[in-house]
This record gives sequence, structure tokens and C-alpha cells, in this order.
Amino acid sequence: MDSLFNTYLLPFIIIAAKSIFLVTALLINIAFLLLADRKIWAAVQMRRGPNVVGAFGLLQSFADLLKFVLKEVIIPTNSDKFVFLLAPFVTTVFAISAWAVIPFDSGVVLADINIGVLYILAISSLGVYGVIMGGWASNSKYPFLGALRSAAQMVSYEVSIGFVIITVILLSGSLNLSEIVNAQDGNFGFLNWYFIPLFPMFVVFFISALAETNRPPFDLPEAESELVAGFMVEYSSAPYLMFMLGEYVSIVLMCSFATILFLGGWLAPFPFLDFIPGFIWFALKVCFMFFLFAMVKAIVPRYRYDQLMRLGWKVFLPLSLFMVVATATYVVFV
Amino acid sequence: MLIMSILFYLFSFIMIGSAFMVVLSRNPVHSVLFLILCFFNSAGIFLILGAEFLAFILVIVYVGAVAVLFLFVVMMLDVEFKSLTSSIISYLPVGMTIGFIILSELMLVLFTWKREYVKIDLDIMEDQNLYTNTEALGLVLYTDNILYFQLAGLILLASMIGAIVLTVNHRPSAKRQSIESQVNRDSKNSIENINIKPGSGI
Repeated sequence: MDSLFNTYLLPFIIIAAKSIFLVTALLINIAFLLLADRKIWAAVQMRRGPNVVGAFGLLQSFADLLKFVLKEVIIPTNSDKFVFLLAPFVTTVFAISAWAVIPFDSGVVLADINIGVLYILAISSLGVYGVIMGGWASNSKYPFLGALRSAAQMVSYEVSIGFVIITVILLSGSLNLSEIVNAQDGNFGFLNWYFIPLFPMFVVFFISALAETNRPPFDLPEAESELVAGFMVEYSSAPYLMFMLGEYVSIVLMCSFATILFLGGWLAPFPFLDFIPGFIWFALKVCFMFFLFAMVKAIVPRYRYDQLMRLGWKVFLPLSLFMVVATATYVVFV
Repeated sequence: MLIMSILFYLFSFIMIGSAFMVVLSRNPVHSVLFLILCFFNSAGIFLILGAEFLAFILVIVYVGAVAVLFLFVVMMLDVEFKSLTSSIISYLPVGMTIGFIILSELMLVLFTWKREYVKIDLDIMEDQNLYTNTEALGLVLYTDNILYFQLAGLILLASMIGAIVLTVNHRPSAKRQSIESQVNRDSKNSIENINIKPGSGI
């Protein structure tokens, strides 16, 4: 019985504690990033943004949480009830579970698996199911249209994200996220990071990440001027909150994924700044990426659907295919 | 190993159960969702075997792409669910025959197959500490078996071109956006100043 405790129960308790800590820290950060998103958006439009709840509106996200949780869950009469309620859970659970392999600092990672990149790619490709299931189960026209749009959109942009990741893997020679960051370590600080040799791929990855997470200007699945709220039309209170939460968690995930692939993860930009802990650099870089996401939302108008598809298949796919060949040539011959 | 066997039976039972539900479920969309659950659990069994690369490729390719397209098509079909369930008896003989044929073929293969038939040098897979999963697969795929790998790629390319040729429907009447002509357009060749004499028109 003692060995059972030592081999199974103790590791399980440790992993569970780590996971709960990770999820809690993540969700608290998401609450403030959500506020930052709204504040940046407001500043670009010369508004104040949320400023009533707490100092500078700092507690706005928590007030929203309370409001969402306390309201009634409305389920449409002819909807498929089980799938309707399953969809927001699928979105949130997949979005959060992808964080298991993200290294925050050298060695600070929940699961340091050999194929972390593939894991994130797999999990982020599953995010589409929440949207499709929600849109279909609502048994209503606008949600269904939103679901169909997002299915096509997310599958299209996954292809170019896959090729972008392949170029990074070719340079770093590993599918492990920590080793990808270590491969960007060098004597020249930020000049060693992959966003310099792979700059076109960094741009492609950033734009594809916007499309993958249904952020503006690619938020066609929920385009309010065409589809009211897209796949979320019929959702209210807590299920709606879970959709929003899943969306923001996957946005921040994409920010940290871009940080790890192109911006050197936890590495300091200048060698003499090494004394500052790695996770602070990681957080700063993720916040920088999130700022870019927020600015794009505030500045760029929404794409038309055929333009979105053209960009994905006719511009990004050939470009990223070419870059894979070019990078492979460089790795083999130089 | 206790946990491993518990996990194996868990994954297997959910997999077989969801495979049954794919066939038995009344709603075709539910069938596809059960199919996805089935894929997931087979990926779990791959993980238990230590084949992590195969597990995640299975999830990416089948769950992330193929099943999405399945779901896409099935959702758009406007099917009467009741007519589907009433005719299940009439499909039973055909289904049983096909199932029996596949089962007997599988049995034939299983009972006559010997390990010596496999000509591929699997030594590389034996030493798990030397290579990670991905490296081992790459070392087998891109060295000794490069011909099969390239042939498989060629077949996929041919089928892709075939699918595009069969489905492409180029209508000359359809309005298409030409980004190039839009970008090249400027005020010189799109605006013209005309002095019109009063009462004459253009």
C-alpha cells in the first residue's frame, strides 16, 4: 500500500497541485489581459474604457464574471441540449489544456514532453469543435453560418501555421519547446532569436494566429454586422462566459507560442540583463504580443470572407511552402 | 504497470463503446462526434504504447482535419432522422455480409502473419533511449523506405489533383476580385474632368 502511495498517489497529487496553480495563475492573468484589451481598444478610439469598478477599472473583469455567473442559462427549445452545453466546455478545456507544455522559464514547465509543438498544434486544431458544435446545436441560422465559416477558416489557417512551425523546427532541430528556446540562446541577445532570420514567417504566423483564434480582422464567425454574434447568438450567462474565456485563453496561448517560437521565450534581449528572472521576460514578451493583437483589433477593419480564404490559400500557403524549402536548403547546405 | 493496464482498458472500452454508438446513434451529427471520441481514445492507446508522435499526428490529421470535414458535410445534409432509423433492419443483411468479409480477412491475415515477413530493419526502434520517437520514425522513413514514402506522397498528390479537377467549376460569368487591378487603380485613370456646356449633357 505504501508503494502504491509513493508511485502513483504522490505524483498525482503533485501534478494536480501544479495544474491547479497554473490554471489559477493563468485565469487571473487573463482577467487583467481582458481589461488591457478593452483599455487599449478604448484608447485607440479616444474613449476611457471600463473605469468604474475598482481603481482604473481594474476589477471590471471580476464584476463581469459575477454578472455572467449569476444570470440565467437560457437553452433554446429545439436545440440539441447536450451538445449545446458541451460546446463551451470543449472550447475552454482544450484552450486551457494546451498550457501544459508551455515553458515559462528554464525548466519551469508542467509537462516537458518531446513533441510539445505537435501537442499545441493538435490541441489548437481541436478548438474548432467547440465553435462547430455550438453553432450546430443552437438550431438557428446565424449560429450555423458562423460555425461553417469558422470551420473553413480555422482548417485553412492551420495549414500555414503548420508550415511556419516546420521552418522553426528545421532551424532548432527539436520538437521540444524548451529546446527550441535554448536553440535561440546565443552571445548576441535578441539578434539570435528566430524572428530575424524567419521574419516573413513571423508575420505569417502572427496573422494566421489572428485567424486561428477568430480575432479581428478575421472574426467572421462572430461578425456582428452580418451574423449578430455568430455561433454565440443563442448563448447566455455562464456558457457564453466559457466561450469568451476559451477564446482569450487561446489568444494568450498563441501569444506565448509566438514568443517561444520567434522571440526567444524566457531569454533576455541583451546578455547583460540576464540577472532578471526568465519568467519576467517571458511575461513581458507575451504582453507585447498581446498588445499587438489588441492594436490589430482596434485598427484593422474586418476582412470579407473570400478575401480571407484568398489570403490563406493563395498568399500564405505558397509563401510558407517556399520558406520551408528555403530553410531546409539553408540547414542542409550551409 | 497497474495504472497502464487500467488506462488501456479505459481507453479500449470507451473506444469500442463509441464505435458502437457511431453505428447505433440516430443523429448523424452525434455519430460523427462519437467517431471523434473513438479517434481520441485510439490516440490515447498510442500514447500508452509510447508512440507519442503517432498519437498526436492521429489527433492532428483525423480529429483536426478529416473529422471536421465529415462534420461539415454531415451538418449540411438535411436528413429526416426517422426514415434513417426505420430502415436499419433492411440494411442489416448487407452490413452483416460486409462485416463478415472484413472480419474473415482480418483473421486470415492475423493467423498466417509472421514476424519474419517484415523486411524493415526495426533495430532502430528497439533502442528507445537512443532516439526519440520522432527521430526513430524519421530514420526509418527517410532512409531505407524513402521509395515507399515518396510513392505514397505521389499517390496523394495524384488524388489531390484528381479531386480538384473533378470538383472545380469555373464559371466565366462569376464576378471575381482582382486585387492587382484594385491596387494599381489611381485617380489619373479613374477620374476624368469634363466641362459640360449647360443644356447639352455628355
